[in-house]
Amino acid sequence: MKEIKIKTKDLILYYGAKMALNSISLDIPEKEVTAFIGPSGCGKSTFLRTLNRMNDLIPNVKITGEVLVDGLNIYDKQIDVVNLRKKVGMVFQKSNPFTKSIFENVAYGPKINGINNRKKLEEIVETSLKKAFIWEEVKDRLHDSAMGLSGGQQQRMCIARALAVEPEIILMDEPASALDPISTAKIEELIFELKKHYTIVIVTHNMQQAARVSDLTAFFYLGELIEFGKTRKIFTTPDKKQTEEYITGRFG
Amino acid sequence: MEEPTIKNKFVFSRESLKKKFRLSEFLSEKIITGVAFLSITIIVLIFFFVFKESLPIFQSKNKEAVKVESVQKQEQYGADETAVTNAAGQEQYGDVPADRTNAAGQEQYGVTETDSLMTENQVQEEDTIVYGSDEATFKSLTGTQWLPVSDNPRYGLIPLFVGTLKITLIAILFAAPIAILAALFSASFAPYWLREIIKPAIELLAGFPSVVIGFFALMVMASFFQSIFGYDGRLNAFVGGVAMALAAIPIIYTITEDALTAVPQTYTEASLALGATRWQTALFVTLPAATPGIFAAILLGIGRVFGETMIALMATGNAAMTGINPFESVRTLAATIGAEMAEVVFGDTHYNVLFLIGSLLFVFTFSLNALAEFYVKGKLVKRFQGKQS
Repeated sequence: MKEIKIKTKDLILYYGAKMALNSISLDIPEKEVTAFIGPSGCGKSTFLRTLNRMNDLIPNVKITGEVLVDGLNIYDKQIDVVNLRKKVGMVFQKSNPFTKSIFENVAYGPKINGINNRKKLEEIVETSLKKAFIWEEVKDRLHDSAMGLSGGQQQRMCIARALAVEPEIILMDEPASALDPISTAKIEELIFELKKHYTIVIVTHNMQQAARVSDLTAFFYLGELIEFGKTRKIFTTPDKKQTEEYITGRFG
Repeated sequence: MEEPTIKNKFVFSRESLKKKFRLSEFLSEKIITGVAFLSITIIVLIFFFVFKESLPIFQSKNKEAVKVESVQKQEQYGADETAVTNAAGQEQYGDVPADRTNAAGQEQYGVTETDSLMTENQVQEEDTIVYGSDEATFKSLTGTQWLPVSDNPRYGLIPLFVGTLKITLIAILFAAPIAILAALFSASFAPYWLREIIKPAIELLAGFPSVVIGFFALMVMASFFQSIFGYDGRLNAFVGGVAMALAAIPIIYTITEDALTAVPQTYTEASLALGATRWQTALFVTLPAATPGIFAAILLGIGRVFGETMIALMATGNAAMTGINPFESVRTLAATIGAEMAEVVFGDTHYNVLFLIGSLLFVFTFSLNALAEFYVKGKLVKRFQGKQS
């Protein structure tokens, strides 16, 4: 196994009085794709969002335990969330381009990090869009509104936007769940390429997708981590009965 | 299990599928429609009433002589004394010729006594235009003097417009930044519990009686600002404008706040996930996305200030002046109606001019609101359907 990028220790999360995550301990290796699967409401998205502290936005969330990224506890009081999120990027379920041009969307991240040189920005935008396999489709309309792109294109543009700030880890929250099969295939292909350079964590409802793109799979159920291991093993010879039942479609 | 009785069972037949007439639904539908149309009709009727009363100004010269006596009896020497004496000095009341029935006949200018004082071009054409005639009234509408109760009344709307615009500008310059920043704070930065307090509190201010704000401006703010800026006239456009800002802030705040909170959470999340600070997110993502709403908020704020009567009446000093100095007294359109309508003689030219002002206010506010409505709708549709940005 490769080096550990993210490590969680006894992570417990409460929404108000309700326990949403119960003592999750998990090691996510570098430059691999780790998939989280499980029925709706099992806590997999919540867990994903603890990894770059997006849960901070929700009132009444209480978290105990540790999340170590490169060995540093990101819930330490000294940690600057802003810098953390530059390192741990995120792509959301619903594509969420800003109501700006495609160029402005992708350039937003570098700009807020203080890059104002037009030439440099153009360079970053081009490489990011190329990395997200969307350059060819949009290169002639960079200054058109991003809202005019199709759903699949928007999502890839959002990935490009996340890549533009040069993160090391990319969290994907059901990135293809609202897309048609062709767009989904493109996103999956993209994930496959991206894992050469980035550590990717993906939440998905689509079991086949998890099987296709991931190296490791974690199965969550009712806020608990039931099983975690190599994807091939989870999908062929899982240790737990619950995992097997979920994967074969008997519940969930 | 019991067998359902025939009575309850729905039988799929020509009979049961026949169209039914539902009386109560029909009636309530009609009543609601009626009420809706009634309210629209009332507004239209009000406008037509106001407009109709102002019409005589535009009509041709020789009309009823109702107001001959009234013009003279109603003279009040109010605001601008120099102007009044000046006018009085020039007027010679000749014998009333029997065949002259309108006011024009009674007030006639002596030739070139102190004409240098009068800047209006009518003066040069001494004998052709007679003060008080309808023609003169009509021409004086575009003049710079508002002296409706003088011996030779002049109804120049320019100082009123200048006053209104000046005070609106001052009020919006104060209200818009404060209200928008407050809205940005409560929408993007304030913790949840604080927001729940701030928002209703400011919204309550929207219902604050404007006479109280006017009183406060008159008693407290006027002296306060005078001690700071040291100007002469205690009541002036600046004091009035700031007081009006107090009235406009809640409106601008509420609508801006709604526009900001209506920006989808996903935008905020996207921005934060890219490593933006909360401040950058608010400034570069939330605020631009809410621009159409903020624009509408400002327009509605302008509408509020434009039509505000009580504060203008109490805090601006009410002298119709045309200068651009913010520390000069001004008289607004709305305050003019408020102050003079009760004193005016029914059917008089002055009366008609006041109604004309009413119509202008109506038209202006209406177009402002329409602009807010359509601009915002068009802009939003454009944004979210992905036209060129």
